[in-house]
Order: sequence, then structure tokens, then C-alpha cells
Amino acid sequence: MESIGIVNYWIVIALMMIALYIVISANNLIKKIIGLNIFQSSVFILYISIGKVGGGTAPILLKEPAVYSNPLPHVLILTAIVVGVATTALGLALIVRIRSAFGTIDDQDVQQDIERN
Amino acid sequence: MIAIELVVNFTLLGFLLVTALYISQTNRLFRAVMLFGIYSLLTASLFVALDAVDVAFTEAAVGTCIATILMLSALSLTGSRKEVRFRRKNATFAVCVSIALGVALAIGIMDMPQFADPNAPANLHVAPYYLQDSYSEIGIPNVVTSVLASYRGYDTLGEVVVIFTAGIGVIALLTARTSKPKED
Repeated sequence: MESIGIVNYWIVIALMMIALYIVISANNLIKKIIGLNIFQSSVFILYISIGKVGGGTAPILLKEPAVYSNPLPHVLILTAIVVGVATTALGLALIVRIRSAFGTIDDQDVQQDIERN
Repeated sequence: MIAIELVVNFTLLGFLLVTALYISQTNRLFRAVMLFGIYSLLTASLFVALDAVDVAFTEAAVGTCIATILMLSALSLTGSRKEVRFRRKNATFAVCVSIALGVALAIGIMDMPQFADPNAPANLHVAPYYLQDSYSEIGIPNVVTSVLASYRGYDTLGEVVVIFTAGIGVIALLTARTSKPKED
């Protein structure tokens, strides 16, 4: 178990970099939201990786003594997942509203439209 | 056993990387949304491999199903079937910013404890207390449930407030009287 060190965290960092790239480079607002969601999931993976205990099992108590993983990150991330979906819904509703006001969901077209008026 | 866990862990993380890269490269929105569904499901599987079964349930139900359905509805409401255009100037800037983020985070994780270390500070603080005493205090064998609903009940109440607010926001945005879209 010791030999793999912090490889999990390196992969999480790579996922975060890809997600940030999507958020900045995408000109389409829905794709930006997808990027935000990927960033969010990578933060979840980081937390759950911290809570993993080698040779442990899920934190549901058994009759016989056992090694359990840390339940606290699980609780925090449970809350975060649900809040994340709520914010995603709000963001998508904003996009629908932008589309009905500007007729486009391309951020630079919206910007040009604002500057023209 | 541990070796199998690790193989599953790294295979799923590899799949996640490939899916995220594909999403970043594709210029079709529908494809990106479906791949995002796959991405969430892979995340849920990874949570099972990392012993977080409750989180995996929630991620599969909420993250995969509801988020994907919301995105598909947004696609149909905005009628965006067109291909996404790419602008090179944007992409170079994005690469620079994400490399800066990667460097900053890499410096940050240098002194993280080893993966799955039972003696990591995160696993020594309050987690042993919850594991040992929650059954006698709350009486639920699932520790995650007793922490979520009892020790951190106010946290969960706050979560409900956030969802309620977001729901009001969505209703307000979608039923607002809108001026006609500008045709020019």
C-alpha cells in the first residue's frame, strides 16, 4: 500500500486542470457548466481519497471488529453532491434565460450584443 | 485483496481522465452531455472502490441521473444542436491558467500523507470517536447516516435551505416575463 504514495492526488490534479481548461476555453455556456461539474467531481474524489484507510471497509458497523474507512469525508461530500446539483440547476436556468433574452448561448456573442446596445 | 482494490482504483481513474479529455476536445454538445453522464457514473464506481458506498449511491442517483437530465432539458430548451465553435486565442489562455493551477496544487499536495494511510491526521481526529461511540449514542449501524442526520443535523438543514433557495431561483428564472428575443 505504501508504494503508491500520492498518485491518486496527482490524477485528481490532472482532472482539475482539464476541467478548468474546459471552463475557460469553451465558448458555449452549457459546456462551461459541464466543466464546472467535472471540477466539482474531482474535488469529491480528492476528499474521498483522503478518507480511505488501507484494508478498510465501508463505515457500516459489523458485529465483529473491523477496520473502517473514515466516515467524515463521506458525510461532507454527500452534502456537497446535492448542493452541487442545485447550483447546476440554477446555472442551467440562467442559461435558458440568457437564451431567451439574447437568442444565443455563446458567451462572446452575448458580450458583443451587450456592447452593441 | 488490496492489490485488486488498487487495480480497480487506478483503472477507474484512468477512464475518468480519458472521458474528461474527450469532453474537452469534442465540439458537439449532446456528446459532451452524454459523456458527462458516463463520467459521473465512473465517479460513483470509484467511490465504491474507495469504501464510500453512501456517496456512491448519491452520486449515481443525483449526479448521474438528475444532472444529466437537467443538462438534456437545458439543451432542448435552448435548442442548441449546432456544433460548438472553438477559438484558439481562448484555448492558449486556458492552457496557461490550468498549468498555473496544476503547479500550485502540485506544491500543495507534496506533503500530503500517503494514500490509504491509517495514521493520516484526517483519520485520527474525530473519525475514531464516531466509529466507536456513534452506535451507543445514536443506535444506527451506518456511521455516515448517524453523522449526517444527528451530529451534523444543522449542516443537513442548511443543505435543505440551499436546495430550497436554488429551487425558488430556478422557478423565478424560468417563469419570468421575458422581452422578445432580439432579431437582428
